[in-house]
Amino acid sequence: MTRAPLPARDLLAVALGGALGAVLRWTITEAAAGGSVPWATLVINVVGCLVLGALPVLGVVRRSPTLARFLGPGVLGGFTTVSAMAVETVDLADTGEALVAFAYAAGTLLLCLAAAAAGRALVHRRTEAAA
Amino acid sequence: MTALLVALGAAVGAPLRYAVAHALDGRWPAGTLVVNVVGSGLAGVFAGLAVSGDAWALLVTGFCGGFTTYSSAAVHSVDLGRRGLAYAAATVVLSVAAAALGFVLAG
Repeated sequence: MTRAPLPARDLLAVALGGALGAVLRWTITEAAAGGSVPWATLVINVVGCLVLGALPVLGVVRRSPTLARFLGPGVLGGFTTVSAMAVETVDLADTGEALVAFAYAAGTLLLCLAAAAAGRALVHRRTEAAA
Repeated sequence: MTALLVALGAAVGAPLRYAVAHALDGRWPAGTLVVNVVGSGLAGVFAGLAVSGDAWALLVTGFCGGFTTYSSAAVHSVDLGRRGLAYAAATVVLSVAAAALGFVLAG
Protein backbone atom coordinates (compact mmCIF):
# COMPACT_ATOMS: atom_id res chain seq x y z
CA MET A 1 0.00 0.00 0.00
CA THR A 2 1.57 3.29 -1.09
CA ARG A 3 0.34 6.39 0.65
CA ALA A 4 1.32 10.02 0.48
CA PRO A 5 3.82 10.86 3.23
CA LEU A 6 2.47 12.52 6.36
CA PRO A 7 3.18 16.25 6.52
CA ALA A 8 4.84 17.30 9.80
CA ARG A 9 2.15 19.96 10.19
CA ASP A 10 -0.56 17.28 10.37
CA LEU A 11 1.34 15.32 13.02
CA LEU A 12 1.93 18.49 15.03
CA ALA A 13 -1.76 19.45 14.86
CA VAL A 14 -2.75 15.96 16.10
CA ALA A 15 -0.08 16.00 18.84
CA LEU A 16 -1.20 19.40 20.17
CA GLY A 17 -4.88 18.51 19.99
CA GLY A 18 -4.27 15.08 21.52
CA ALA A 19 -2.41 16.59 24.48
CA LEU A 20 -5.22 19.08 25.04
CA GLY A 21 -7.94 16.41 24.82
CA ALA A 22 -6.08 14.05 27.16
CA VAL A 23 -5.57 16.74 29.82
CA LEU A 24 -9.27 17.60 29.59
CA ARG A 25 -10.12 13.90 30.06
CA TRP A 26 -7.73 13.63 33.00
CA THR A 27 -9.22 16.75 34.65
CA ILE A 28 -12.76 15.38 34.39
CA THR A 29 -11.76 11.89 35.58
CA GLU A 30 -9.90 13.31 38.59
CA ALA A 31 -12.85 15.51 39.57
CA ALA A 32 -15.29 12.61 39.31
CA ALA A 33 -13.15 9.93 41.03
CA GLY A 34 -15.02 7.52 43.30
CA GLY A 35 -17.64 4.78 42.97
CA SER A 36 -17.27 1.46 41.20
CA VAL A 37 -18.77 2.44 37.84
CA PRO A 38 -16.39 4.67 35.80
CA TRP A 39 -19.07 7.20 34.88
CA ALA A 40 -16.54 9.89 33.94
CA THR A 41 -14.94 7.77 31.20
CA LEU A 42 -18.39 6.75 29.97
CA VAL A 43 -19.58 10.35 29.68
CA ILE A 44 -16.28 11.45 28.09
CA ASN A 45 -16.51 8.75 25.42
CA VAL A 46 -20.18 9.39 24.62
CA VAL A 47 -19.74 13.17 24.38
CA GLY A 48 -16.57 12.75 22.27
CA CYS A 49 -18.36 10.41 19.84
CA LEU A 50 -21.26 12.84 19.44
CA VAL A 51 -18.98 15.81 18.79
CA LEU A 52 -16.69 13.94 16.35
CA GLY A 53 -19.73 12.72 14.39
CA ALA A 54 -21.11 16.27 14.20
CA LEU A 55 -17.80 18.03 13.56
CA PRO A 56 -18.33 18.64 9.80
CA VAL A 57 -21.38 20.75 10.71
CA LEU A 58 -18.94 23.58 11.42
CA GLY A 59 -18.10 25.41 8.23
CA VAL A 60 -14.68 26.42 9.52
CA VAL A 61 -13.82 22.71 10.04
CA ARG A 62 -14.88 21.85 6.47
CA ARG A 63 -12.72 24.66 5.12
CA SER A 64 -9.56 23.98 7.14
CA PRO A 65 -8.09 20.44 6.99
CA THR A 66 -5.51 21.36 9.64
CA LEU A 67 -8.19 22.53 12.07
CA ALA A 68 -10.17 19.36 11.28
CA ARG A 69 -7.14 17.24 12.21
CA PHE A 70 -6.45 19.28 15.35
CA LEU A 71 -10.04 18.84 16.57
CA GLY A 72 -10.86 15.34 15.24
CA PRO A 73 -7.94 12.89 15.61
CA GLY A 74 -6.33 15.45 17.91
CA VAL A 75 -8.60 16.85 20.65
CA LEU A 76 -11.41 14.29 20.36
CA GLY A 77 -9.04 11.38 19.73
CA GLY A 78 -7.07 12.29 22.85
CA PHE A 79 -10.23 13.03 24.85
CA THR A 80 -11.91 9.68 24.17
CA THR A 81 -10.19 6.45 25.06
CA VAL A 82 -10.59 2.73 24.45
CA SER A 83 -7.69 1.74 26.71
CA ALA A 84 -9.21 3.26 29.88
CA MET A 85 -12.55 1.62 29.09
CA ALA A 86 -10.81 -1.75 28.57
CA VAL A 87 -8.73 -1.55 31.77
CA GLU A 88 -11.75 -0.37 33.80
CA THR A 89 -13.77 -3.30 32.44
CA VAL A 90 -11.02 -5.78 33.39
CA ASP A 91 -10.72 -4.10 36.80
CA LEU A 92 -14.46 -4.49 37.45
CA ALA A 93 -14.37 -8.15 36.42
CA ASP A 94 -11.26 -8.72 38.55
CA THR A 95 -13.01 -7.36 41.65
CA GLY A 96 -15.90 -9.77 41.20
CA GLU A 97 -18.25 -7.37 39.44
CA ALA A 98 -18.50 -9.30 36.19
CA LEU A 99 -22.06 -8.19 35.46
CA VAL A 100 -21.21 -4.52 36.02
CA ALA A 101 -18.12 -4.98 33.81
CA PHE A 102 -20.23 -6.40 30.98
CA ALA A 103 -22.89 -3.69 31.39
CA TYR A 104 -20.20 -0.98 31.40
CA ALA A 105 -18.46 -2.20 28.20
CA ALA A 106 -21.71 -2.94 26.35
CA GLY A 107 -23.39 0.24 27.59
CA THR A 108 -20.45 2.39 26.49
CA LEU A 109 -20.53 0.74 23.05
CA LEU A 110 -24.26 1.23 22.49
CA LEU A 111 -24.32 4.81 23.79
CA CYS A 112 -21.23 5.76 21.76
CA LEU A 113 -22.69 4.32 18.56
CA ALA A 114 -25.97 6.15 19.19
CA ALA A 115 -24.07 9.38 19.90
CA ALA A 116 -21.90 9.09 16.77
CA ALA A 117 -25.00 8.33 14.68
CA ALA A 118 -26.79 11.37 16.17
CA GLY A 119 -23.78 13.53 15.29
CA ARG A 120 -23.76 12.20 11.73
CA ALA A 121 -27.51 12.81 11.43
CA LEU A 122 -26.91 16.49 12.21
CA VAL A 123 -24.33 16.60 9.39
CA HIS A 124 -26.70 14.93 6.93
CA ARG A 125 -29.55 17.25 7.87
CA ARG A 126 -27.33 20.22 7.24
CA THR A 127 -26.13 18.82 3.90
CA GLU A 128 -29.73 18.27 2.80
CA ALA A 129 -30.75 21.76 3.87
CA ALA A 130 -27.89 23.22 1.83
CA ALA A 131 -28.73 21.17 -1.29
CA MET B 1 2.98 18.39 37.05
CA THR B 2 0.66 15.42 36.49
CA ALA B 3 -1.21 17.31 33.78
CA LEU B 4 2.10 17.89 32.00
CA LEU B 5 2.88 14.15 32.03
CA VAL B 6 -0.59 13.37 30.64
CA ALA B 7 -0.07 15.96 27.90
CA LEU B 8 3.38 14.61 27.09
CA GLY B 9 2.18 11.00 26.80
CA ALA B 10 -0.74 11.99 24.59
CA ALA B 11 1.46 14.26 22.45
CA VAL B 12 3.35 11.08 21.48
CA GLY B 13 0.42 8.64 21.44
CA ALA B 14 -2.00 10.70 19.36
CA PRO B 15 0.28 11.40 16.34
CA LEU B 16 1.46 7.77 16.47
CA ARG B 17 -2.19 6.67 16.19
CA TYR B 18 -2.72 9.14 13.36
CA ALA B 19 0.28 7.72 11.48
CA VAL B 20 -0.87 4.10 11.92
CA ALA B 21 -4.42 4.99 10.85
CA HIS B 22 -3.04 6.90 7.87
CA ALA B 23 -1.03 3.84 6.81
CA LEU B 24 -3.61 1.11 7.43
CA ASP B 25 -7.13 2.60 7.38
CA GLY B 26 -8.97 1.90 4.17
CA ARG B 27 -12.66 1.22 3.61
CA TRP B 28 -12.22 -1.12 6.55
CA PRO B 29 -10.48 0.99 9.24
CA ALA B 30 -7.92 -1.68 10.23
CA GLY B 31 -5.41 0.85 11.57
CA THR B 32 -7.82 2.30 14.12
CA LEU B 33 -8.73 -1.24 15.23
CA VAL B 34 -5.06 -2.24 15.62
CA VAL B 35 -4.28 0.93 17.59
CA ASN B 36 -7.19 0.38 19.98
CA VAL B 37 -6.37 -3.28 20.61
CA VAL B 38 -2.61 -2.71 21.02
CA GLY B 39 -3.12 0.35 23.24
CA SER B 40 -5.59 -1.53 25.44
CA GLY B 41 -3.23 -4.51 25.74
CA LEU B 42 -0.41 -2.17 26.73
CA ALA B 43 -2.61 -0.44 29.34
CA GLY B 44 -3.49 -3.90 30.69
CA VAL B 45 0.22 -4.72 31.03
CA PHE B 46 0.84 -1.49 32.96
CA ALA B 47 -2.15 -2.23 35.21
CA GLY B 48 -0.80 -5.75 35.79
CA LEU B 49 2.59 -4.32 36.71
CA ALA B 50 0.78 -2.10 39.25
CA VAL B 51 2.21 1.05 37.63
CA SER B 52 0.90 4.11 39.50
CA GLY B 53 1.33 7.81 40.15
CA ASP B 54 3.38 9.82 37.67
CA ALA B 55 4.27 6.77 35.56
CA TRP B 56 0.57 5.89 35.21
CA ALA B 57 -0.23 9.48 34.19
CA LEU B 58 2.46 9.45 31.49
CA LEU B 59 2.10 5.90 30.17
CA VAL B 60 -1.57 5.01 30.63
CA THR B 61 -3.64 8.21 30.95
CA GLY B 62 -1.39 10.06 28.51
CA PHE B 63 0.19 7.66 26.03
CA CYS B 64 -2.35 4.79 25.90
CA GLY B 65 -5.27 7.20 26.27
CA GLY B 66 -3.98 9.40 23.45
CA PHE B 67 -3.02 6.41 21.31
CA THR B 68 -6.45 4.76 21.51
CA THR B 69 -9.64 6.50 20.47
CA TYR B 70 -13.28 5.68 21.03
CA SER B 71 -14.59 8.55 18.93
CA SER B 72 -12.89 7.48 15.66
CA ALA B 73 -13.94 3.86 16.18
CA ALA B 74 -17.58 4.84 16.75
CA VAL B 75 -17.77 7.29 13.83
CA HIS B 76 -16.06 4.74 11.53
CA SER B 77 -18.66 2.18 12.66
CA VAL B 78 -21.53 4.51 11.81
CA ASP B 79 -20.00 5.39 8.44
CA LEU B 80 -19.54 1.68 7.63
CA GLY B 81 -23.31 1.16 7.77
CA ARG B 82 -24.43 -2.42 8.43
CA ARG B 83 -20.92 -3.84 8.81
CA GLY B 84 -20.25 -1.13 11.35
CA LEU B 85 -21.82 -3.08 14.18
CA ALA B 86 -19.35 -5.93 13.60
CA TYR B 87 -16.48 -3.43 13.54
CA ALA B 88 -17.60 -1.78 16.78
CA ALA B 89 -18.17 -5.13 18.52
CA ALA B 90 -14.77 -6.40 17.34
CA THR B 91 -13.11 -3.23 18.69
CA VAL B 92 -14.62 -3.62 22.15
CA VAL B 93 -14.28 -7.42 22.46
CA LEU B 94 -10.67 -7.50 21.20
CA SER B 95 -9.63 -4.45 23.24
CA VAL B 96 -11.05 -5.80 26.50
CA ALA B 97 -9.52 -9.23 25.74
CA ALA B 98 -6.13 -7.61 25.06
CA ALA B 99 -6.31 -5.63 28.31
CA ALA B 100 -7.25 -8.79 30.24
CA LEU B 101 -4.40 -10.72 28.62
CA GLY B 102 -1.88 -7.98 29.38
CA PHE B 103 -3.15 -7.70 32.95
CA VAL B 104 -2.88 -11.45 33.57
CA LEU B 105 0.50 -11.92 31.85
CA ALA B 106 2.12 -8.96 33.63
CA GLY B 107 0.43 -9.49 37.00
